[in-house]
Amino acid sequence: MKTFVYIDHFKGEIQPASWEAIGLGKSLGSVSAIVFGSGVDAITKAAFEHGADEVFVADDPALADYRAEPYAATLSALASSHASSSPAAPLSAGPDLILFPTTARTRELAAMSAVDLKTGVLTDISALEANGDELIATRPIYEGKVLEKTICTGKPVMATIRGRAFPKPEPDASKTGTATKVEVKADALTTVEGYSASESAVNLGDAGVIVSGGRGVSNNPSLQPPAGMDEKQVEIWRAQQGFALITELANVLGGAVGASRAAVDGGYIPYSHQVGQTGKVVTPDLYIACGISGAIQHLVGMRNAKLVVAINKDSDAPIFKQARYGVVGDLFQIVPALTEAFRKKLGK
Amino acid sequence: MKIIACIKQVPDSEAKVKAEGGQVTWGDAPLVINPFDEYAVEGALQQKEADGGTVTALCIGPESAREALKHALAMGADDAILISDPAFSELDTIGAARVLAAAINKIGSADMVVFGRQTLDNGAGLTPAQTARVIGWPMLSWAGQIKVEGGSVRVERVIEEGRVTVSAKLPAVISVVQSIGEPRYPSFMGIRKASKATIPVWSLGDLGATAPEAVVKRTELMNPPVADTASEIITGDTPQAIAETLVEKVLAEKVL
Repeated sequence: MKTFVYIDHFKGEIQPASWEAIGLGKSLGSVSAIVFGSGVDAITKAAFEHGADEVFVADDPALADYRAEPYAATLSALASSHASSSPAAPLSAGPDLILFPTTARTRELAAMSAVDLKTGVLTDISALEANGDELIATRPIYEGKVLEKTICTGKPVMATIRGRAFPKPEPDASKTGTATKVEVKADALTTVEGYSASESAVNLGDAGVIVSGGRGVSNNPSLQPPAGMDEKQVEIWRAQQGFALITELANVLGGAVGASRAAVDGGYIPYSHQVGQTGKVVTPDLYIACGISGAIQHLVGMRNAKLVVAINKDSDAPIFKQARYGVVGDLFQIVPALTEAFRKKLGK
Repeated sequence: MKIIACIKQVPDSEAKVKAEGGQVTWGDAPLVINPFDEYAVEGALQQKEADGGTVTALCIGPESAREALKHALAMGADDAILISDPAFSELDTIGAARVLAAAINKIGSADMVVFGRQTLDNGAGLTPAQTARVIGWPMLSWAGQIKVEGGSVRVERVIEEGRVTVSAKLPAVISVVQSIGEPRYPSFMGIRKASKATIPVWSLGDLGATAPEAVVKRTELMNPPVADTASEIITGDTPQAIAETLVEKVLAEKVL
């Protein structure tokens, strides 16, 4: 089977699940990596090192910023020009499968390219089985409360893979190759005018450790808020102090900060941190839930973590049913103590 | 400004959704407007307030989906159209995009089509971009802020890495995220207006379209495996003692 893997990056920062997609493609046959952007030699090199048999590169100032239309048009042209080439040259034959890591960009890019190629997209897949020529993907529906097996009858099959669902190949610096240039379709309909980085880049999908906070982080009674705040401002101020403790623990563990819907709805933290809403199912090795009671959406979002620890004042909180270890207590005492204990043990 | 807000009806987010006998079931949980689409209606109403014009709510679904459209009307949409056809039971995202594109063309002269970023049921999040591709309009995904200036629209896209400002000429398709602002509650007057509104139903025939054949098909439904978690509550005399015990247990699991 011939797989194209789209290497998703933002200003040169590569989505690690791109490599997992190469690994998945290699388990099915040959892999051609696809790299779009401007000045992307380092990404091309990394794609060979992660096991790509060949790399298609569109390196052009017109592609400097990710924009849906030129990226989709370039991808569609690449996939269809190869579809018509001779079957005698297996490496340049058309793809049976195009894989992407699942991001905001790739959902859009794959969606549009699928319209051009008259095929379909299977999003956020966590498993892919080959049954003869047919590929059967497993993906979450209803916020992950139910799973479906699904097929795409068009060709190529397009799929975006969930981060950490497939093994990541080890890079091998001795693997090199010469990239093949592809034609750029610069039919842009949009203009990128600016960019501001988020204060803390959040990539929950790739995180090995996630420490999350819920409504409980705003309940520290021992804090004295600054004067002149109204009730809502006090609540948010308290919550921010709470999330500062959670962030410290996450930092010691090299992890990311998550949040429950209640915390996001309360305005405590940007919604990009939210776990357990459509599209935000996380699978870290360690998940520490602090002050989260465990609404069904949240449980669905984190129950595939390898090890779950819950800290909550309420011993009846549903989160404890999902947790391997629980602490019934005050997170404002337990979390700092935990940070200190991990720091000592991990020598940080 | 002529704005179209595309919405869908889904089971409430609190519903206990399960796979049962090859079907998805949600007991007696209510069907509601897709929560992300409430933000789409909110975004559309904000634009109407800023620039004048009308908001039309558009929904593909069975007769029961009228309720979702009524919610949009009660929030302040000017009119609503239900697209319903028995052939839609097998619709995939591209099929939905083709049907919506046909309806957008039939409504005519729209300046802006607004979607929520994804639905709670299928959750693929493909339909907005596919609709844009089918009608050939620019796509501005995951907008947290929308500003119209002359014939152009500028949005702030909220993505994993931060915020990207992107502009395009109108007409354009926009999908919105929660940063657009909390959806307004239906007003008393709005609810009264919605309850009296006549909502036209368009069939495939009305759109001059044939049933699109699904490319993506479901072969099996499953409930996710339930982790067999034996919980252990860690106790101790001080937070430090609890923390030390917990750290030892966590490290012994060798997940780090």
